[in-house]
Amino acid sequence: MEHKTKVTAENGKLDLVITREFELPLELLFRAHADPDIVEQWMSNEYSTTKLLKLESKKHGSWQLETSDPQGKVVFRANGVIHEFVPDKKITRTFEMENTPFGVQLEVYEFEKINDDSSKLNLHVIYESVAQRDQVLQLPFTQGINLAHNRLQETVMKLK
Amino acid sequence: MNLRRDVFQAIADPTRRAILSLVAFQSMTAGAIASNFGTARPTVSKHLAILTECELLEQTQNGREIYYHLNAKKMKEVADFIEPFRKMWDERFNKLETVMKKYKTKK
Repeated sequence: MEHKTKVTAENGKLDLVITREFELPLELLFRAHADPDIVEQWMSNEYSTTKLLKLESKKHGSWQLETSDPQGKVVFRANGVIHEFVPDKKITRTFEMENTPFGVQLEVYEFEKINDDSSKLNLHVIYESVAQRDQVLQLPFTQGINLAHNRLQETVMKLK
Repeated sequence: MNLRRDVFQAIADPTRRAILSLVAFQSMTAGAIASNFGTARPTVSKHLAILTECELLEQTQNGREIYYHLNAKKMKEVADFIEPFRKMWDERFNKLETVMKKYKTKK
């Protein structure tokens, strides 16, 4: 089956590429990355709420977000600066998870029009080292374990 | 987690990746593998030991010779390694698409 979202991470390299085609006009895809209220909506899910403490969508702007669990406890905070901001074309920014040893990553978002109703995102992420990239790639495993754990806890609480 | 990291570190080395692609086609002895590299035989032996420890390579005894071949099952696991990360982004982008479609109809 062909996946909508593709991740290319070659062995031994310190970068990776994420690509995705959207059934959305280019302007809406770009807006989803530039408007803080909208970013909050799609970055949140049933297990966590993401809030943008700051998002200055402009050259030399900066951003910071935090994610809380359903109990309202902050579980994740990240920040960075915006180096390039070209509407409907490109955003170059840094990304750093606070209080983690993962370092700073550089993210290059390129937005492309396919036709009036669809568009494509090409996200190139560059890490400080191969080891750092591979550690970040492993993170969803840990998150998955936590989520399973939370769900288990929910179920147990209901039984009480 | 540790085992997975070891596997990933094992394939991060260019010589070890070259060894894996060599034995992907046929089982080979340590000597035959080493003859493909300019490095000293003990260096190649060290790489073979690491790959075997991570279960990326399997050994078969044939008379006095030990043949190395690829453990396809483990290689598949390495390919699956990236899947949770891909899924995380896929779910996030699916949400983005759903959210933005509302804005589309509002227009």
